[in-house]
Amino acid sequence: MTAPATQPPRPSASAQRLIGTLGGFGVLAGLLIVSVFAATQPRIRANKAAALAAAINEVLAAPEHYDTLYVTADSLSHTLPAGGNAETAEAVYLGWREGRPAGFAIVANGPGFQDNIRLIFGFDAASSQLLGMKVLESKETPGLGDKIYKDAEFVAQFTRVRAPLVGVKEGQGEGLPTELVMITGATISSRALIKAINTTLERVGPLLAAYVPQESQP
Amino acid sequence: MSDARYLVTASPHLRSRDSTPTIMWSVVGSLMPVAAFAVYYFGPSALLVILASVVGAVGTEAAWGKKGAVRDGSAAITGILLGLCLPAGLPLWMAVLGGAFSIGFGKIVFGGLGQNIFNPALLGRAFLQAAFPVALTTWPAVENVPWWSLRGDNFALPLMGSRVDAVTTATPLGLMKFEQVTTPIRDLAFGTTAGSLGETGAVLILLCGGYLALNNYLNWRIPASIFLSVAAFTTVLHLIDGARYPTPQFMLLSGGLMLGAMYMATDMVTSPTTNRGSWIFGVGIGFLVVLIRLWGGLAEGVMYAILIMNALVPFINRATQPRVFGTTRAKAAA
Amino acid sequence: MSPRKPTPPSQELIKGVWRENPVLVQLLGLCPALAVTNSVANSLAMSAAVLFVLVGSSLLVSTIKRIVPSDVRISTYILIIATFVTIADMILEASVPAVHKELGAFVALIVVNCIILGRQEAFASRNSVGRSLLDAVGMSIGFTLTMVLMGTVREVLGNGTFLGISVMGPHYEPWVIMILPPGGFLTLGTILLVFSWIKRRGEERAKPATAAAGPAVGKAA
Repeated sequence: MTAPATQPPRPSASAQRLIGTLGGFGVLAGLLIVSVFAATQPRIRANKAAALAAAINEVLAAPEHYDTLYVTADSLSHTLPAGGNAETAEAVYLGWREGRPAGFAIVANGPGFQDNIRLIFGFDAASSQLLGMKVLESKETPGLGDKIYKDAEFVAQFTRVRAPLVGVKEGQGEGLPTELVMITGATISSRALIKAINTTLERVGPLLAAYVPQESQP
Repeated sequence: MSDARYLVTASPHLRSRDSTPTIMWSVVGSLMPVAAFAVYYFGPSALLVILASVVGAVGTEAAWGKKGAVRDGSAAITGILLGLCLPAGLPLWMAVLGGAFSIGFGKIVFGGLGQNIFNPALLGRAFLQAAFPVALTTWPAVENVPWWSLRGDNFALPLMGSRVDAVTTATPLGLMKFEQVTTPIRDLAFGTTAGSLGETGAVLILLCGGYLALNNYLNWRIPASIFLSVAAFTTVLHLIDGARYPTPQFMLLSGGLMLGAMYMATDMVTSPTTNRGSWIFGVGIGFLVVLIRLWGGLAEGVMYAILIMNALVPFINRATQPRVFGTTRAKAAA
Repeated sequence: MSPRKPTPPSQELIKGVWRENPVLVQLLGLCPALAVTNSVANSLAMSAAVLFVLVGSSLLVSTIKRIVPSDVRISTYILIIATFVTIADMILEASVPAVHKELGAFVALIVVNCIILGRQEAFASRNSVGRSLLDAVGMSIGFTLTMVLMGTVREVLGNGTFLGISVMGPHYEPWVIMILPPGGFLTLGTILLVFSWIKRRGEERAKPATAAAGPAVGKAA
C-alpha cells in the first residue's frame, strides 16, 4: 500500500548523529511531559481529594470535617508512619460534627463476581453500627451484580445494620440487628460486600475501638 | 460449475439410507416426547417458548441460509434445543431473538451446516444469558400453579421487559450452591423440579437419547464418557467431604446435564470425528461441568463446558487421527 | 517533490473517512474500537484523545522529517507519539476524571495504536506539513465516526440510552451483553459484515462498465 519511495534513500548517518537525534528528542519530550505534569497535577490531586471527600460525606452523613488517621501495626496515628507514602498508606477517616466524632469512614476491598470491589463504609466503633456504604469501584454484571450500588433499598440497609454482618435471603431473616438482606440473583456480589466489610473490621476494628478521639481543627 | 461432463463428487460413493435429513428429522422426532413433557409440566408457556425459538431459528435459516437448507431439519433441531434450555416464563421476543442468533451467528456466518465450530443452540443460549441475565434465571414456581396459566410475561412487547412479577423459585443446583439444600433424587429423575424446559425429567431424556444411540444417530461414547467422568469426579469429592460436596447421583440428574450430554455434546458437526477423541471430549466436558458447578460463580456449567470443549474439537481431531494403514507407529508419531 | 502531486489536498482529508477508513478498511485501531465503545461518551473521549495525538504527532513528524536519520526514525516517532499520549492522558485525568477512569489503560495504549504509527511512517514522513495535517484530521474523523457508530449501537441496545439520555422508554429491556466485551466483538463483526456487503454491491454495480471496457478483474465469483 505504500507508494513508491518518495524520498531518495539517505546514506546511513553517523552514530553521533543517531544518538544526538534521539537524545535531543528525548530531552524535548521529557521537558514537555514535566511541564504538563506540573500544570495538571494540582487539578488531578484536587479531583481525587474531592472524590474522597464526597464519598466520606455520603457514608458519614455529611460531617463538618474529617481527620485522616493512618493505620499502623497497633494504633491509629495522625502522622504518617515513617517511610509511608501519603497516597498509598492505609488510612481511615474520622468525621466530626459539632465538636464530636461522627464515626469512621473506612475503605475496604474484596473479590466480587468479576474483579475486585472497592468500597467505603461509615462505622461507629462504640456501637458497632454501620453508618453508610458506597461502592467506589466495581465491574459487577450490569443488571444483576450492579444492584449492590444501584438498588437504593439494599444500600440503605447499610445505615442500620451492626457488625459483624450476616447475609440472609429475602424473607428468611430472624430480625437480628446484624442481618443484611441480600439481593436476589446477586448473592455473590452481596456476599462480597459483606465479606470485605467484615474482614476489614476484624483487622482494624480493635484499633478503632482503642482510639481516643482528640478534638482537632478543620 | 457450468460443465457437468467431468463432475466429480466426494466420497463415499456407497450410499446408505441415512442422509442428513433422515438423521436430523429422527432427532426432531426423538425430541418430541421431551417437548411434550415440558408442556405437560410447564403448561402452554412451554409450547409458546419452544415454538418462538423454532420460528426464530427456521426463519433466519430461510431468510439468509443456503437455499433449501431449512429442509434438512437442522435449524428445527437448533430451535427446539434452544427452546428446551430456556425458562418457561421468558418473553417470546427473546426466544425468537435467541433462535435467530443461534442460526445467524452460530451457523450461517461460519458457512452453514457442517462449518460451525460451536453448537448453535448453546451459542444462542449463551447470548441470551449474557444479554438478559435476569430473565434467563427467572425460574417460575412449579407448585400450586394451574396448568393453563402462563408462567411469566410471555407476551411482553418486543424489546420491552417483563411487566409482571411471576412467582419464582430456585433450581435444584441453585439451592445446592447457594443454600446447601439438596433436592430428592426422585424429583430430579422424574422431572418435578424447577428449571429450564428440558432440564427436568432426566429419565425421559435418557430414553429418547438412548433411542438415537441405538440407531447410531449419536455417538454413545460421548454421553457415556460425560456421565462416567462426572460420576467419577463427584464420587471422589463426595468421599473426601460428604457434607460439602453433593452425591454423584445428584450431579448426574440435576440441571441440564442429561439434555446437554445427549443432544448438545453429540452434535455431529461440533464433536470429534474419532472414537478416541470422543472419549477425551466427553471426559473434558464432565470435568469442566464439575469444576464450574462446585467452584465457579455460576450454579450450572453444562453450557459453558460444552462450548469450551467445542472449541478444542479441531485439536482433539488432529491429536487422535488413527494411524494411516501401512505406515509405522514411529512415522506416525514423528 | 512528491510524484503523488495530482491528488487534490481535499482528497487527503476525505479518504480517511470512507475509502481508507482506519478501522473498517485498514482494520487498525481495533483494540480501542472493541474496548471502549460501550458508551457514546467513552467513544467520543477516546476519539478526541486519538485526534490530539494523531494531529500532534503528524505535524511534528512532517516538520522534522528531514533532520531525522532513517535508522532511528521509528524510535523517534514512538518517542513523539508517547509524549503526546502522556500529555493527553494527564489532561484527561485533570479535566474529566470520571471519563478517564472509564477509559482506564486504553488511553496509554494509544501509543501502540497502529493507526498513529502507520500514518507517521506511511504519510507524515513523506509529505508536507499541510497535507499531513489534512491526512491526520481525515483519519481521526474516520476513526471517530466508526467509534461513535459502535458506541451508539452498543449504548442504545445495551443500556437503552444515547449519551446517557433514555431513548428506548422506561420499559426497555437492555441487552446487557452489548456493553460487555462480547458485545464489542459482535458489533464490530456485524458492522464489518454490512460494510463489506455495501462495498461488494458497489463493485458489482460498477462491474458491467469495466467488463465492457476490458477483461473483468472482479474477484467476486
